[in-house]
Amino acid sequence: MKDTVLTMRNIDKSFPGVRALRNVDFTLCKGEIHALMGENGAGKSTLIKVLTGVYLKDAGEIHIEGIDKPIHIKAPQEAQKLGISTVYQEITLCPNLTVAENLFIGRTNDVFVDWKKNNSRAENILKGLGISAKPTQQLSNCSIAVQQMVAIARAVDMECKVLILDEPTSSLDEQEVAKLFALMRELRDRGVGIIFVTHFLDQVYQLCDKITVLRNGELVGEYQIKELPKVELVAKMMGKELEVLAEIQNEAQSIRGDSKAVIIETEELSSVSGIKPFNFTSYKGEVTGFAGLLGSGRSECVRAIFGADKVTGGKLRIKGENVNITSPIKAMKKGIGYLSEDRKRDGIIGDLSVRENLILALQVMKGFFKPFTNAQSQAFADEYIKLLGIKTPSADTPINSLSGGNQQKVILARWLLTHPDYLILDEPTRGIDIGTKVEIQKLVLKLASEGMSITFISSEIEEMLRTCSRLIVMRDLYVVGELQGEDMTQNRIMHTIAGSVS
Amino acid sequence: MSRNSNRLDTDRSVSVYNAIVKHSLFIPIAFLVFLLLLNIFINPSFLIISLGRDSNNNPVLVGNLINILSNATELVILAIGMTLVTSSSRGQDISVGATVAIVGGVIMRVLCGSETQPTELHAPIIVALLLGCLAGMACGAFNGILVAKFNIQPMVATLILFTAGRSIGSMAMGGLKPKSAASFGYYGNFIPGFPIPTPILITIAVILVTVIALKKTNLGLYTRSVGINDKASSLNGLNPARIKFLTFVILGLCVGIAGFVQSSRVQTVNPYTIVPSIEMDVILAVALGGNSLGGGKFRMSGSIIGAYTIQTLTSMLTTLNVNTNAVPVFKAVIIIILVAIQSPVFKSFFGNKAAFSRLTAGKGKERG
Repeated sequence: MKDTVLTMRNIDKSFPGVRALRNVDFTLCKGEIHALMGENGAGKSTLIKVLTGVYLKDAGEIHIEGIDKPIHIKAPQEAQKLGISTVYQEITLCPNLTVAENLFIGRTNDVFVDWKKNNSRAENILKGLGISAKPTQQLSNCSIAVQQMVAIARAVDMECKVLILDEPTSSLDEQEVAKLFALMRELRDRGVGIIFVTHFLDQVYQLCDKITVLRNGELVGEYQIKELPKVELVAKMMGKELEVLAEIQNEAQSIRGDSKAVIIETEELSSVSGIKPFNFTSYKGEVTGFAGLLGSGRSECVRAIFGADKVTGGKLRIKGENVNITSPIKAMKKGIGYLSEDRKRDGIIGDLSVRENLILALQVMKGFFKPFTNAQSQAFADEYIKLLGIKTPSADTPINSLSGGNQQKVILARWLLTHPDYLILDEPTRGIDIGTKVEIQKLVLKLASEGMSITFISSEIEEMLRTCSRLIVMRDLYVVGELQGEDMTQNRIMHTIAGSVS
Repeated sequence: MSRNSNRLDTDRSVSVYNAIVKHSLFIPIAFLVFLLLLNIFINPSFLIISLGRDSNNNPVLVGNLINILSNATELVILAIGMTLVTSSSRGQDISVGATVAIVGGVIMRVLCGSETQPTELHAPIIVALLLGCLAGMACGAFNGILVAKFNIQPMVATLILFTAGRSIGSMAMGGLKPKSAASFGYYGNFIPGFPIPTPILITIAVILVTVIALKKTNLGLYTRSVGINDKASSLNGLNPARIKFLTFVILGLCVGIAGFVQSSRVQTVNPYTIVPSIEMDVILAVALGGNSLGGGKFRMSGSIIGAYTIQTLTSMLTTLNVNTNAVPVFKAVIIIILVAIQSPVFKSFFGNKAAFSRLTAGKGKERG
């Protein structure tokens, strides 16, 4: 057994109303690459933030090699001093400085700096790690992969014992990923313990030695990579034991098939987001779903259809007619609605009132010179506040001050108001209470029975099984399968996601 | 009994007091009123408006208030445009003073040709106005493209015209400083026979057009949406770049009108000294109106009140015979106070005070 470099025991962390971590243990050995896996909200980033001193833990102990007592990390700088370094998904270096400057900035208290010496030192470090960058090169001129490697080099040079890589590969292409992996293996061989957070399953199996799985803030377990087949990993992340999965009856099945009018059809559609060309058809009155892990390209597919990401190839047909959608407004005018994934960032207009948020999409479709009168927009607001049971003091209340579920209902009302033929709901139930979730699911089925074609995306498989009659399964930006009817079971979905035949 | 009803009255007055204090226009209006009262205190005849005669024996209204209303014209018009730019682009246009110089230069060139003291206008005034507005809108479009298309911070983008504008204005007049025929002066002073200063009429017209535009189009909704959350706005079918561009062009139009009024006041334009540092006054007017300079929500009425507040302050300092060189210092001090009062820190302190007074009122009831 190798020496452990870091142990975390019984870590607890609560936020108001949420228990983010409960009794989580984590052990990292010298010279291993350890994947930290879990679905959205499983507590991965909270654990990382506790470790790096961004959050203070509520309870539990952290030990690090070389110090006998439990350590208490109160700030990111302290974590760095203890030898815990983090490289985040977004580059946190200074793009306007040179590579060498980035390597050494903030690490010296000297007033005078001998940059000549530093440059040659930087060259040694870069050479030693096989990074192809010149010390005097400006960082922004390097590729993103190199920038990331410089960030890693900086961490390594600070004599880190624990290196945390948080989603480092999400903005890299395949060659760059290969380079990064080579660097990570090099560091592993030098004895650095690496924690690797990612949502790409294949990369975990290429690179890692061990996997720790979290779910809902609790530890599911620690596994040797060889002992955990992909399917089981997916099952563990989703919280389903393969053997005991009860088949959930799909109530939506009856709706399917009574009409075969095609609403949306894509042919080899691809966009700048990097999704691979996909084919997809949606019929009138049908609820389809895109299943897959976070980052597998679910949202990117529908964003391409809606014109939110620039389309780079392929065809899109709406009701059999070839259309060229270059912006959301064109999609809206063709009868497509899109409730975006990130409500805070892409959905609500924070300071505007519930009423203004509600009418926005329809108002934009109507045109700049034709504003609704106050009476008209108030009537819309009253109608939908009542229809969806939105809890708000008045229609004039800023949407900011509503609860998440009610904000989501307002955004949903915004799109219902446009009476789309095809409505895309991207994670409409994330972060909202169970009652509202069920209401939204019911509403989706009701709308479909009235003839609307709907695409429903959710991280919760049960929810998809309950509402969808056909599932498109995605992995690592590819569509890897399409399931319907009897094939739509949790088992099959997980096998398809994992890429194995069952 | 009487004590009881007294208490009820205090309760009601506390809630009315709170409603007034909480209103977003309370501080701007209160400060304007305070300044006006201060003016009356300094000069009891401050409010008096009388009918006088100008040098051509035409009836004209005279008085301090009239002067303030008339002199504030450029500030008010520019503040309207600046409010929209601030809202949509989350930044400010600092080139408005310099572009007024460009507009002035264009208007003078159109009216005077290459003569320095023509006895007749070289072109109808409407042509000068339209070309002036066009020049202003072209400058606005230039700024707008830099901000909306190239994503340059508004203050950096407009720094270009801020630096070059006054020289461009001088070049537009061919390096001359012509003085146009007197009839051009009607628009910055009086139309013969009509006693109300023309700038006041122009202000009223511009405000009316603004009110109608905000009512009859979605300008307000779109600019606020884009300013608050441009990502979400674009997913709702808006084109944030186009809307930012539009607000800059509208500000350009405002610059055109303001430049027209300003050059008409003395019928001549010195591009290097015309409306000195007005950009700062305009931005302040927007801020004094209770609008966030960080963009998003705005209140047009606030900006207009802010513009009049600044003009009142300036004219008060002049009446007090404050040394011209010292005026900016006094202005700065007063503005610091005013901006501090409106800061969230101070407001929450005030809010606590109100809560505290309510608390003590409640305690009094229990004791009784």
